[in-house]
Amino acid sequence: MGIQGKPAGMTRRDLLLRSVAAGGSFVVGTGFVAARDAAWATEVTSLSPQAMATLIQMARDIYPHDRIPTEYYVVAVKGYDTPETAEATEAGIALVNGAAEGKGYSSYLDAGWEADRVEILRSIEDYPFFQTVRGGLVTGLYNQKAVWPLFGYEGESYSKGGYINRGFDDINWI
Amino acid sequence: MPAPFDLNDDTVVVVVGTGAGGGVLANELAQKGISVVALEAGGRYLPEDYINDEWDSFAQLAWLDPRTTSGDWRVAKDFSGLPAWIVKAVGGTSIHWAGASLRFQDHEWKAATTYGPVQGANLLDWPIDAAEMAPWYDKAEDKLKVTRTGGRDGLPGNNNFKVLEAGAKALGYQEVNTGHMAINSADYDDRISCQQTGFCFQGCKWGAKWSAAYTDIPRGEDTGNLEVRDRCQALRIEHDDTGKVTGVVYVDPDGNQQMQQARIVAVAGNSIESPRLLLNSSSSMFPNGLANSSGQVGRNYMRHTTGSVYAVFEKPVRMWRGTTMAGIVRDEARHDPSRGFVGGYEFETLSLGLPFMAAFLDPGAWGREFTSALDGYEKMAGLWIVGEDMPQETNRITLNYDVTDKFGMPVANVNFDNHPNDNAMRNHAYQQGKAIYEAVGATRTFPTPPYPSTHNLGTNRMSENPRDGVVNKWGQSHDVPNLFVSDGSQFTTGAAENPTLTIVALAIRQADHIAGEMNAGNI
Repeated sequence: MGIQGKPAGMTRRDLLLRSVAAGGSFVVGTGFVAARDAAWATEVTSLSPQAMATLIQMARDIYPHDRIPTEYYVVAVKGYDTPETAEATEAGIALVNGAAEGKGYSSYLDAGWEADRVEILRSIEDYPFFQTVRGGLVTGLYNQKAVWPLFGYEGESYSKGGYINRGFDDINWI
Repeated sequence: MPAPFDLNDDTVVVVVGTGAGGGVLANELAQKGISVVALEAGGRYLPEDYINDEWDSFAQLAWLDPRTTSGDWRVAKDFSGLPAWIVKAVGGTSIHWAGASLRFQDHEWKAATTYGPVQGANLLDWPIDAAEMAPWYDKAEDKLKVTRTGGRDGLPGNNNFKVLEAGAKALGYQEVNTGHMAINSADYDDRISCQQTGFCFQGCKWGAKWSAAYTDIPRGEDTGNLEVRDRCQALRIEHDDTGKVTGVVYVDPDGNQQMQQARIVAVAGNSIESPRLLLNSSSSMFPNGLANSSGQVGRNYMRHTTGSVYAVFEKPVRMWRGTTMAGIVRDEARHDPSRGFVGGYEFETLSLGLPFMAAFLDPGAWGREFTSALDGYEKMAGLWIVGEDMPQETNRITLNYDVTDKFGMPVANVNFDNHPNDNAMRNHAYQQGKAIYEAVGATRTFPTPPYPSTHNLGTNRMSENPRDGVVNKWGQSHDVPNLFVSDGSQFTTGAAENPTLTIVALAIRQADHIAGEMNAGNI
């Protein structure tokens, strides 16, 4: 998955000590982005960690589900961290930050409230970079099997014999 | 014991496409002792191969070769390279279809006469009628083992149906039931009964739903008279200087061009590929494309007036459990111009898994209005609208010379503009669908725009007069006597009903006609 759970042996304090830049809601260090509570951390090799942090925050702001942990959004955008796409992605992030600057923030991540960031995104939603990120999330986020149970979706049932004896008609309130 | 035929064997019938039209025609001819070579662009997938995962299945089965779109329909914006959600495989879209098997209503065979002039619509009566088709529908229903016909029981209703049923009855609708489905309600014809597994659109892993892939195709092959060549893409149809077709040029699985000679060619590649093949077969004798003296090849493309309504309730529905198309409301299928449009529409339950719901609920949408809807996924019920759309000459398949497929052939462009009648019908259906769900406590409802087309119809239409259409009442080209069209592209009008049963009935009837004409030495 390219994402670890709680980094082995790394405490919240360790993370904060290793952080080098403001990353909005995240901890951004040399070669990594992590949750402030150290619930997840992800290595970044081709993109700048700042760019990855921006992508993660964009993902949350484009498709916000309050009960979905951020680590699934990290998985959804992790694929941008490749040598082949890094340059184009950094250019896209520069576009996003430029839009943020136009609204008086030093960067997208500097806009601390979701409503302010959404306003920034609305101003660039017709740009190809935004549409690429949004379109990629439709599968990158919602096609993660680990996310499905959080929506109650059960996925395939053939291996269990379908629902013929498992509640295809069990609605009890209608 | 499939019988391989020689490329130079000019006694065979070549059928292009193996779906509900071509697959059935090929088998029916083979059963009568006629030699058939069926060319199928896709590969062979059987129930054990089907994948109960929406995107993985889509990658396995969908026709993903390049196509382009234009016109005011929203699909051209949201899914510009994917005008249709149809299958590239032996068995064609009969793998993907939901199984709804409805006969046309009697008046729908005579749309022009019944509806009168509709501005901008190219309406025409079919050259056949309900009485003519009744015995062929009987045969088709028996072949498919359609529920609620031939003494067969209906399917049990799932959660999604129960919500629809309660809402529809609260609104006063009368004709509400679990439909006429080509999904077994008991074991018939070596197919088991429905196990309520969902994923009907991804190919039925139980084989409970009828598909040509595992019924007509292998049965035709068992006669020794049918050879199915899969992964063979037809490029063009050849003809001699008398204007009769002589065979089909295709690319074999190794990428080599071959020419299969033929006594008769039947085209059944769906309403996008069939006209594309005819247009790509233009020659000095037929400069506008084969069988196109009327200029109607590719025109009058219809896709049904569709849309969905999804509703969120306070408590779980779990609509994905069980048959995808689990029930129907037919009260609005009548022709009643007092509603502000001609023709009618059906409501049928529909569900999508979470991945496809995210892609199709409101394509392109983002932010909390969208995500809060998906948060209600477990508590959603859903229905699909399927109604008659107006044939329009400018809604058409053309060749896009700027875009070619991997064989260098121009791809199909699908141009579609909604007719005012289509919009009026869809808006009426959205309101009624919303009312159905609100009658049983929906807290939020969504009008979901049409998906990429699954019902592709009308681009080689039947007509009494050769001036008005491409084929006659037998699906036989007006221009070329040994060329037939055997899929939904021969539909003169679309009616309100899901088209597969009618495609199958027409294919059975056409096989009977072709056999008779061959025996009589007429073709």
